[in-house]
Amino acid sequence: MFGYYLDLALRSLRRNKALTALMVLAIALGIGASMTTLTVLHVLSGDPLPGRSSTLYYPQIDPRDSRGYLPGKTQPMDQVSWIDGMNLLHAKQADRQALMTGGNVAVQPDDTTLDPFYAAARYTTAGFFPMFGVPFQYGHAWGATEDAAHARVAVISSQLNDKLFGGRDSTGKALRLSGAMFRIVGVAGSWNPNPHFYDLNRKSYNENEGVFVPLSTSQDMGMPHDGGVDCWGNGGGGNTPDHNAPCVWLQFWVQLDSPAKAAAYKAFLVHYSEQQQALGRFGRPPNVRLRDVMQWLDYNQVVPDDVRLQTWLALGFLLVCQVNTVGLMLAKFLRRAGELGVRRALGASRRAVFVQLLVESGVVGIVGGAGGLLLSFIGLWLVRRQPASYAALAHLDPSMLFATFLLALGASLLAGLLPAWRACQVAPALQLKSH
Amino acid sequence: MELRPILSTLRRHKVTAWLLILEMALTCAIVCNAVFLIGQRLQRMNLPSGIAEHELVQITLGHIGKNPDAKAQTETDLAALRQIAGVQQAGVVEELPFSRGASSNSGLMLDPRQQQPTVTVSQYMGQNILPTLGVRLVAGRDFGPDEYVDLDTATAALQSGDTKGLPQTEIVARALAERLWPGKDPLGQTTYVGKGIPLRVIGVVASLARPNMLNMGPQYSVVWPIHMTQADGASYVLRCAPQDRAAVLKAAVAKLKQLDPNRVVLVKRTYDEARRDYFANDRAMAGILIGVIVVLLIVTALGIVGLASFWVAQRRRTIGVRRALGATRSDILRYFQTENFLLATFGIVLGMVLAYGINLFLMLHYELPRLPAVYFPVGAIVLWLIGQLAVLGPALRAAAVPPVVATRSV
Repeated sequence: MFGYYLDLALRSLRRNKALTALMVLAIALGIGASMTTLTVLHVLSGDPLPGRSSTLYYPQIDPRDSRGYLPGKTQPMDQVSWIDGMNLLHAKQADRQALMTGGNVAVQPDDTTLDPFYAAARYTTAGFFPMFGVPFQYGHAWGATEDAAHARVAVISSQLNDKLFGGRDSTGKALRLSGAMFRIVGVAGSWNPNPHFYDLNRKSYNENEGVFVPLSTSQDMGMPHDGGVDCWGNGGGGNTPDHNAPCVWLQFWVQLDSPAKAAAYKAFLVHYSEQQQALGRFGRPPNVRLRDVMQWLDYNQVVPDDVRLQTWLALGFLLVCQVNTVGLMLAKFLRRAGELGVRRALGASRRAVFVQLLVESGVVGIVGGAGGLLLSFIGLWLVRRQPASYAALAHLDPSMLFATFLLALGASLLAGLLPAWRACQVAPALQLKSH
Repeated sequence: MELRPILSTLRRHKVTAWLLILEMALTCAIVCNAVFLIGQRLQRMNLPSGIAEHELVQITLGHIGKNPDAKAQTETDLAALRQIAGVQQAGVVEELPFSRGASSNSGLMLDPRQQQPTVTVSQYMGQNILPTLGVRLVAGRDFGPDEYVDLDTATAALQSGDTKGLPQTEIVARALAERLWPGKDPLGQTTYVGKGIPLRVIGVVASLARPNMLNMGPQYSVVWPIHMTQADGASYVLRCAPQDRAAVLKAAVAKLKQLDPNRVVLVKRTYDEARRDYFANDRAMAGILIGVIVVLLIVTALGIVGLASFWVAQRRRTIGVRRALGATRSDILRYFQTENFLLATFGIVLGMVLAYGINLFLMLHYELPRLPAVYFPVGAIVLWLIGQLAVLGPALRAAAVPPVVATRSV
């Protein structure tokens, strides 16, 4: 029966090509616009470390003085100061922990054909690599001993390794960073979490750090900090604050393998804050948060407003296209009232006519969906040409490809529902009489 | 034109008529809001910066390794840069209006005991800022050489709590002065930062925009007499005639590399490029919105054409009868035009309500002001025009139906 309906549908669609093309175009435009923006939204609000992110937490404490404190309303600070970061790190209350911040280092290649250049860098303690599951192409991470010894060791990204060493195993080789010699201990594999959740003060997306060095070493060498600095009281001055300054500029991440451990860690943060308040360092009662990766991204509203606005716009556009298609289908089906009347008079049930008409709208939907997919590819290509930092990430993945067809089919079936129902209400006798 | 026959016909095609009204209403609502959003973006992109935009170039350097004598080197660099042909002014600035990169911001208070700052301002620090940027002083004076302090001295003074090493004076933008002391003379007034550090206003500039955080007040900025060097992350800014910018930039970079090859050029651009880069996303968004409006109007127009064609085909016989009974071609033409006008009017009324609703939603979730009433008539006129244009083709075809159709059986 389905084959017969399909044949009828194709015949009917061929009969009025302009109208069919109009319906297909409307659906394709609506689907194309929606899928383009939904794909961007999907990519940008994705989980940066699937499988790992639920055990990673970002402790926030509030070391400020009492000025401007509104109990229950004031959020704690978004980063930690040097003193608090070191205290929390050395307390070792979590399964894994790392204290880090961002910067830029001058890379001076030995190869004289390459000019010195600046690379984005991460100054971190050793816990970073096992905690975030950084894969290694060559070599390995440094350990706590190197941290403690302020060792001049570095891990570089595979991109930087390609640029400097042509992709060959460079472990053990020397690398001149900001005027000092470092030994490469590892080359990271392909690893580029998006959003750049562990430090949102720089770019939120597509931030590729080329160089990783121990935090302790970076401070010895006076490597410049780059990122957010937030001071209170009389803090301030420059982008690389003094270690005793009342400024936050470091990120502290912990891994807590069970909810019970997370609850215990939160209690520890409250206890730490009370202790610091008693010491006179903190000027306000304990004000702590312990957000996991996705909660942290949500709290920071990391998906740009423009992207969300574009998604609403595209969905509104799809709705207009949808209403348009419903109107056109209704007109088309009602015009065939005579033909449908004959089918009904010859014994086709109302249900059969309804299914036949739905098949016809389904065909429009599938063709429209294919057109929409094509338009989404064009749309995403246009997005990639945009100046935004996330632009390069806008690619269609299989799940979104599947969603496109589902959306197209769903949209056109939905659009066909009302017209088909109206058309199968036709009284056969009345239609036959008028002819 | 008698409306009653049109209305009674529409009543017999209720569902189709409602769909057409709904489509026009949705289009009207989206177009009104999209045009409004475009207006907002254009307004943002045209914000005045207060500086001599077309006469500035910026160079930021990164030193390889620690630079023990950044201060002396900055002086040497500046002296050399001033020698370059075409350079009218040279200075050091940490930040520029509407540009990515570093920015320093502080909470300003009118009373040292205040719990919350009155405004959050951006502070310009560096050397020779007003003459280099071409900022116009409207009251008071620029800083004297003895008023400047070095950034590291100021930082050390902040930590020791000793107010001697801190700057005592500041220059404010006019918009900020009007916000802080409406109707009063800002000269001689005092603002407080941090834990109550006083700064006395000695000058007012006509306009000076902040680098970012424009929602805090695009013109809420101050200039502090704090010397910065390239080691603190500040940039060299040169002022020259617009046509000399490319040559000056090239010569300056070559000069700086020659003076000390041990550094890397991080940024070299004209201010126009910096500004264009800052507003690139707004420009892209405005482009997307324009594209959506155009496609939306085309889809709606095609929808009207499609439905009107069907109606005309469906009513061929009726039209023939009307023609046979003495209706002229223009009567038929006007019939379809009036019908569309009626539908569009219903659509517009519904669309206005929807547009208002969408605006309320956007105001709730995004930082947007209320939709000004002027957008409503604009949306109405656009919809009426689109409707009339779209229906013209089918209506003309209807008018061309000969009266003889009435006498033919189907």
